[in-house]
Amino acid sequence: MSYDYTKRTNYISDLPTMKAAHKILHETTFKPTLPQKGYNNRSLHIDLSNFKVTEKQISQQIKDTFIGGRGFGLWYLWNAINPETKWDDPENDIVISPGPLGGITQYPGSGKSLVVTLSPLTGIPIDSNVGGYFGPLLKFSGFDALEVQGKATTDIVIFIDGQTGTIRIEEAPLESVDSHITAEQFTHEYASGPGDLQNVSVVASGRGAENALIGCLNFSWYDLRRKGTRLKQAGRGGIGTVFRDKKLKAIVVRGPKVKGDENNPVDFDRIVKVGVKLHKEIHDLDDKQCRMRRQGTAHLVEIMDAYDLLPVNNFQFGKHPDVTGISSGVWDKRFTQGIPDGCWLGCSLACTKGADGHVVMTGPYKGHIVTVDGPEYETAAGVGANCGIFKPEWLLECNFYCDTYGIDTISFGTTCAFLMECYQREILNKDRTEGLELTWGNAHAQMELLHQISRGEGFGKIAGFGVHRLKQIFAERGWGDSKFLNDIGMEVKGLEYSQYISKESLAQQGGYALANKGPQHDEAWLIFMDMVNKQIPTFEDKAEALHYFPLFRTWFGLNGFCKLPWNDIEPADNAKTDEPSKVPEHVQNYCELYGAVTGKNITKEELISMSEGVYNFQRVFNLRMGKGLRRHDFPPYRSLGPVTREEYESRQERYDTQLKEVIGVDPQGKSVDEKIALHRKHREDQYEKLTDAVYKRRGWTKNGVPKIQTLRNLKIEFPDVIEVAQKYQD
Amino acid sequence: MILVNGEELSYFDGMTISDILKKKNFIFPLLVVKVDGEVIAREKYSTTLVSENAKVQIIHLISGG
Repeated sequence: MSYDYTKRTNYISDLPTMKAAHKILHETTFKPTLPQKGYNNRSLHIDLSNFKVTEKQISQQIKDTFIGGRGFGLWYLWNAINPETKWDDPENDIVISPGPLGGITQYPGSGKSLVVTLSPLTGIPIDSNVGGYFGPLLKFSGFDALEVQGKATTDIVIFIDGQTGTIRIEEAPLESVDSHITAEQFTHEYASGPGDLQNVSVVASGRGAENALIGCLNFSWYDLRRKGTRLKQAGRGGIGTVFRDKKLKAIVVRGPKVKGDENNPVDFDRIVKVGVKLHKEIHDLDDKQCRMRRQGTAHLVEIMDAYDLLPVNNFQFGKHPDVTGISSGVWDKRFTQGIPDGCWLGCSLACTKGADGHVVMTGPYKGHIVTVDGPEYETAAGVGANCGIFKPEWLLECNFYCDTYGIDTISFGTTCAFLMECYQREILNKDRTEGLELTWGNAHAQMELLHQISRGEGFGKIAGFGVHRLKQIFAERGWGDSKFLNDIGMEVKGLEYSQYISKESLAQQGGYALANKGPQHDEAWLIFMDMVNKQIPTFEDKAEALHYFPLFRTWFGLNGFCKLPWNDIEPADNAKTDEPSKVPEHVQNYCELYGAVTGKNITKEELISMSEGVYNFQRVFNLRMGKGLRRHDFPPYRSLGPVTREEYESRQERYDTQLKEVIGVDPQGKSVDEKIALHRKHREDQYEKLTDAVYKRRGWTKNGVPKIQTLRNLKIEFPDVIEVAQKYQD
Repeated sequence: MILVNGEELSYFDGMTISDILKKKNFIFPLLVVKVDGEVIAREKYSTTLVSENAKVQIIHLISGG
């Protein structure tokens, strides 16, 4: 099927009227600068309650300790709030920071922004890693981070103009709040002309984020070939909800035209050398490896199905016969091929695929022609397989509306799957859902649920609260057994699970439930190492992996990198290295890049140490906000093993064999319920032992608290941080 | 019989790495294959014969979006 990839509904025909309706609430100037060795040494703070705009200097100590990106976000948030702060208090901060290496154009995957705020879902800090041009353009305008605190009373836009050195806060009453339009309108309003469009990036959310706790942010860039704006999402933890609560319609940055050396690195040639090597690998090998350039992460759908890891029907099952309906072959045809698809300049991995020419089938944009950014694997698995939906056009429909409404596809997928299982088990019915038939595979009902969430109406009014609160609501209303709801409700710390079955990988159970922000796979994805390769058989082996990988991946978020070019492409001789799972050559590339930009050469061990301080700081931050203890790291049983008879019977041979060979009990003559109970006792015991081993490896107490000595060793010696940790020492 | 990642797999004469991958349904593209400790190049999967009692490691690299 072929589409005209430039054809889409026009939303910019009335820009003069929209712009004329703007009212300038505050305007100030600043001196645009370019970073030196990756840093401007300055951040921007905007208080929306009084429109005060402040520049903050960034000290060497803060750079050494927190590096940038997620580290800066956590540090600024720590100083902005107190232990009693709630997500919708004015002092809650949204921090956007790209990191010192962010904005490199010679090495793929170097344009990420990290967003940190106090999450409406978890009540603890959330961090989300997002593409789009905003972070680099902010940095090349002169700021290493942007903090937005306070609340406006009317819908406003913040405009940061790095070309003229102007910051304006304006009322913007007429532009759409839904991101696919918001980004298009503001990009054209603030660009000086067609040649300037690529220098503008918009952060926006959507109407759904106003009425749900699972709101996301969209970060835009202008796609020269498609002649339109594209979107990437800072999805997790409800950041969009905080954004709209502050009455932010958009934050717009206009940066200088990017030439490629704006970071003013110490050794530009060293960056080029490393970059050329990776570009060549991608060029030569991607077609034989993951085909990221054609399919993006959607290439994983049938792979996860083949290994029994694709979440089906609320994580009950790991595969489905209809998977071919949403597998990579479908997306290969549906994505527009042959045009650059990087979410930052110079990324030749180009995995940000777009499905052009989607004719919207439902809701307020019915009949519009839009480009859908995605679906990525998490979306295809979450709103698709996990809800029993295997129809690609409906996936695109759901993907489109989640993005433009500012709703996180992962949390929506997991929440919708939970609701569908509640419907299956008669915890919900048509009366309780106010008419929604939430049966497996019912794409129409899924879309109606999403529209209701976006309007804050009907059953959608509570559905948008996410799994954690829904479990409580259903139990309080006497609709279901609290224990069962907790077993099947896939959330930890209040955040919904991302889309992998972890039942047969103890290490991944920890990778999810021990993660600082909640069960997102970007800390550690260990399923193959553990379940398939059998490389980490002991608790100590697993604990070592749960030490190394979360810290390694944290480093991406400190510096402005994407994870995908690390291991979704591998050097031709990677198999011959001593630790191929770590992709040693690519790890060395990151050390080279850090040294080339900042002038500070680091080893692969020092790379891990850089993350370790920030990671432990985040753990103490959780403690400060009332979470971060062992009891907050315990997962729902469905992530450990089979909850229901159907689940057990779907893998009966495997589970019976495990009873006999691993647990030492003869399954003969035992009922399914008895066998489930035996598994549960064993698996929960294993998880506790894993937790002990991980805490020990991380230098934490048995209750999951960083020891004072651990913090001192990592130079996290701020008195107020030590004071918090001290309270919880055993 | 051969061992694949520590688990027994029935053996037949003429068995190649490709046969093992097919039998185990290992379709993930980023693999490191070692037979008795020796790395086998990807382009030789279909021609490399495995002997009975061989110890085969099929290491899947880390995935996840």
